[in-house]
Amino acid sequence: MNKTLISFALATASLLAAGTSFAQSAPRGDQLYKAFGEKAGLVTLMDDFMVRLLADPRTGPHFKPANQQRVKEQLVDQLCALAGGPCVYKGADMKSAHANLDIKKSDFHALVEVLQQSMDARGIPFRTQNQMLALLAPMHRDTITVR
Amino acid sequence: MTFAPSLLAACAALLCAGASLSARAETGKLLLTGGVSSVDGAAGGGLTPWAVIGSNATEGEIGGSAFVTTVGTKDYGLNIVGAAIGIHDRYELSVAQQDFNTRITGTGLGLPGLHLKQTIVGAKVRVLGDAVLDADTLMPQVAVGVQYKTLGSTGLDGTLRALGAKREGVDLYVSATKLFLGQSLLVNGTLRATKANQNGLLGYGATLGGNENKYSLQPEFSVAWLLTKNIAVGAEYRFMRNKLETAGRAAGLGNGLRSEDWKDIFIAWAPNKNVSVTLAYVDLGVIVPATTASRKQTGYYLSAQLAF
Repeated sequence: MNKTLISFALATASLLAAGTSFAQSAPRGDQLYKAFGEKAGLVTLMDDFMVRLLADPRTGPHFKPANQQRVKEQLVDQLCALAGGPCVYKGADMKSAHANLDIKKSDFHALVEVLQQSMDARGIPFRTQNQMLALLAPMHRDTITVR
Repeated sequence: MTFAPSLLAACAALLCAGASLSARAETGKLLLTGGVSSVDGAAGGGLTPWAVIGSNATEGEIGGSAFVTTVGTKDYGLNIVGAAIGIHDRYELSVAQQDFNTRITGTGLGLPGLHLKQTIVGAKVRVLGDAVLDADTLMPQVAVGVQYKTLGSTGLDGTLRALGAKREGVDLYVSATKLFLGQSLLVNGTLRATKANQNGLLGYGATLGGNENKYSLQPEFSVAWLLTKNIAVGAEYRFMRNKLETAGRAAGLGNGLRSEDWKDIFIAWAPNKNVSVTLAYVDLGVIVPATTASRKQTGYYLSAQLAF
């Protein structure tokens, strides 16, 4: 093996090791829940989020026909549970909840952007926002129906 | 700076194709997740391609991007223009033209005003993964790519022939890109099979003093830390093939044609979805140290990209 291959192997190994430790360093306990202002903070955030979702021409058509109050309550429960708060999400699983909807990857991205606007408006720091987004992003597998 | 009109036309055509197709429907990638334009035209960091597919197009969409880059080191200048088209966030086609101003080295070779012009046509396919959204696994986004590089005919042709370096070559690469979203940190690793000397600006392979025409594998790494939604800072390290040194030695130049690895530290800023600007401090190691007193080619890198 030549020098560059050895260094490549070493660098790859260290990247993998770093990745493993990152994957394990997801915020534990209720730190993230507290950073989002607990239940009251999440309710305010989701109220603002729904207003923006309805106003945005990309996401509005998806949410206008929905029971918006119910969606907000379920989102609060879901984010609360994900962030380590004392909530239990009792709604339908993500896959069956979205099965009859026409959701493309660009719709998913648009929703992420609107959520970022809401989190910005609430003064949530960028890195804290990303910790929450990291917990939500994998839902793309169950919520995007048009592949 | 002068660029082949046909290349500009190709860039314009790619950009227009991307823009007109994306005008029909909004393109929907998240900010900066299409990367910036690398020196070879592929989407990625500045010096190395990433597994991301260029343009703002995500699944089911077609988009385009165009860029200009200027690099100034102690002894050399490099201007690049190029464009790319991204299809369904799966396929990427790119074209770039590099114009390398040899300055003191051209003069030293009796070729004052020598500019080396390299055209690079690239294709990339995303094989698996989503670098951004698969935040709960270690699985990166993986892409494979090919770059066909041709060096224009110049007064250097005779020298390259004497060294046994060809004026065209093909690079193959595989890239893996992962955004550790919870940590706001992106890492990329690329492994390139290449015969290029100084990325092709000094031809491909060499035969003088020994046969150096086999492919070699060169790793490339990038790390980027997202400071805000639209600003990222990072560093890159690109291992470079050093196979022209032997030919240089046989030609009586000692180690005067050796090359060193390329590195940079950068800051990229996207004021909106359609524009990004990247500023970097680069260290390209020595480039033809025989004529540049072995000075490290450190300097600036400035790039602007339009994407749709």
